[in-house]
Amino acid sequence: MTPKTSTSLLIKGGHLIDPSSRIEAPMDVLLRDGRVAEVAPPNKIKSSADEKFDARGLIVAPGFIDLHVHLREPGQTHKETIPSGTAAAAAGGFTSVCTMPNTAPVVDSADWVTWLRQPERGALVNVFPIAAATKESKGSQVTDFLALQRAGAVAVTDDGKPILEDDVMRKALYLGAELNFPVVQHAEDTRMTENCPMHAGANSFRLGMRGQTALAESSVVERDVHLAGQIAGARLHIAHLSTADSLKAVRRGKKTKARVTCEVTPHHFTLTDDDVRDYDSNFKMNPPLRSTSDMEALLAAIADGTVDAIATDHAPHARFEKHMEFERAAFGITGLETALGLSIAKLHVQHRIPLSRIVELFTAGPARVFDLRGRGTLEAGSYADVTVFDPKKRWTFDTSQSRSLSRNTPFDGWQLTGKVVLTVVSGQIVYRANC
Amino acid sequence: MNAAHGSLLGIEPLDAPEILKILNFARRMNPDKPRALLKGKRVALLFYEASTRTRSSFEIAAKSLGAYTVVVHASGSSIEKGESLLDTGYTLRAVGADAIVIRHPNAGAPHLMASRIDIPVINAGDGMHEHPSQALLDAFTILRNKKKPKGLQIAIIGDIFHSRVARSACHLWSKLGAKITLCGPPELVPDVAATLAPNLKITRHMEEALRGTDVIMLLRMQKERLAGLKIDITDYVSRYQMTTARLKLAKRDALVMHPGPIIRGMELTDDIADGAQSRIIEEVHNGVPTRMAILARAMGKMR
Repeated sequence: MTPKTSTSLLIKGGHLIDPSSRIEAPMDVLLRDGRVAEVAPPNKIKSSADEKFDARGLIVAPGFIDLHVHLREPGQTHKETIPSGTAAAAAGGFTSVCTMPNTAPVVDSADWVTWLRQPERGALVNVFPIAAATKESKGSQVTDFLALQRAGAVAVTDDGKPILEDDVMRKALYLGAELNFPVVQHAEDTRMTENCPMHAGANSFRLGMRGQTALAESSVVERDVHLAGQIAGARLHIAHLSTADSLKAVRRGKKTKARVTCEVTPHHFTLTDDDVRDYDSNFKMNPPLRSTSDMEALLAAIADGTVDAIATDHAPHARFEKHMEFERAAFGITGLETALGLSIAKLHVQHRIPLSRIVELFTAGPARVFDLRGRGTLEAGSYADVTVFDPKKRWTFDTSQSRSLSRNTPFDGWQLTGKVVLTVVSGQIVYRANC
Repeated sequence: MNAAHGSLLGIEPLDAPEILKILNFARRMNPDKPRALLKGKRVALLFYEASTRTRSSFEIAAKSLGAYTVVVHASGSSIEKGESLLDTGYTLRAVGADAIVIRHPNAGAPHLMASRIDIPVINAGDGMHEHPSQALLDAFTILRNKKKPKGLQIAIIGDIFHSRVARSACHLWSKLGAKITLCGPPELVPDVAATLAPNLKITRHMEEALRGTDVIMLLRMQKERLAGLKIDITDYVSRYQMTTARLKLAKRDALVMHPGPIIRGMELTDDIADGAQSRIIEEVHNGVPTRMAILARAMGKMR
């Protein structure tokens, strides 16, 4: 986004929650020239503004950051495009999205990272590319981390696939440590999950489908935590963590000299494998919906601080790729527009987790994971990325109204709590709810 | 799930009275005395997987009721050209099918079809999930030989994990009040199998499964579905093969059942397959009246 010069926006009368500055109080926020100009108690800002937004009764927060989004460009524009995906992001309150490299071709070169960041792509929110950790994400030859980082990649991963070979993962963590560059692991021992479309449990047995065990995830997390712990400064981030045993490994990792972080998706803390009914492939994603005890462990880890970020793993697929036999359908669901409403409904309303903690998981938390400086905060001088939401608004998600090109969500028709009202990127309004 | 009335997607959604109603109606069906219950109706048999028994008996059942049949195989049809399951269903509907009988390698394929198509869908076996017509014809066979389902002791032996026949049988006998014992090694009979239905227990020992049992249901080791599981065949045969010696542990009038195809020398010996207590051929024979009942039910003609 290139902000127009000398525009200003005053967000007045709202309740500010900015976990990075430990502020939770009524505050007005003045944005000018793409930056946060001033944050002050109500009616104390004297400078005039080109535009004012009345935020009475609403929460004003730093712009949300999603660490895990599939925008499907380059090459898979039948599923999503950068304009459509970032429009969905804006509607969900996300001002920054980190994009996954498992595209066609795989984003494994500085050229593609640069391409993703060009203004011609038409992104409505900030796009931070995550590049492939290995050439074509084949898991054998590590990519040129330095070149990727210089081109603007914020991390590396082979998402969709794990980095399985010990030597390759060790090398990636070692190179990442030298460059202070996070390595993101999709933790799945694919030798144990072939033809397994869901979690292994009573329901997979009943439905007659093979199941992925929790061990197929946690064994890789344990291995990675072990490897990272041997490398000073290594940065390991576990994507879409979904099992109780993986959390145990992450907790261990946080005590080592490595930096171990993890993200959790709204669907993994909202649904379980028992929700896979009637072979509806909108309940098929990877990692799969897990057991109730895994879900409860995630909820506890969100509350106690083990989890660093809520990430959507927004994975749009065209109808023809999903609307088929469950075992053959593509893995993945959309998530950008439902993340906040699910988080408030489940974490805050049901489990009494404070709103400030939820905001942290969407802002300061993810900003720290990938060192997105000046993001996830509303300190004066930081980027003018702001999300304003109504934490009490109950609304029904209608997937036919989604801004995403795809419709693959299990949450169609769900009643959610908490709705984004205004999304501002670099001082520009990119989304405003009609309400 | 909005399946058309008359669909048979599995045994699990049925209740005991409905199961008994189908079985009672099947007793009145006789392929040697054709009835024109389905005169002028068109039944599409859509087979994505190999089948001898199921396909031929559904076809004969439909014809015995006066229906036309059309058989569509995955090979030699537009499925080979990449047509999706649903598009194939819409096509069969458009050419005038009144019901679709489907056999498919993926669990839930009939459910997907039924959720979108307004004619009855009959599951003729979906992946590892269910094979309801087989469970019904087995029940038909057993209840011709045993008076009451309630309290019957049934041992199901072998590869339960990969078996849609076993899943349907467990649901059916559990609903009818029988006691079911599953027997096999943990790779083929995982502990989680016991959660499938009430009245199920698991044992690893043939002797325990067979003692005092009324019915012994054997299953084929599904080599094509093993997918990397390492099973020591010699060990399996020595521990779980049905032999004359082992048969003596069961009740003297115990029945030996097998959905076929049987692999002689693997899950059973020649003596068992061809023995006096074997009902394997009778099962195949009973497939026709049972499937006549299922088709009549699909078209609202089960009265």
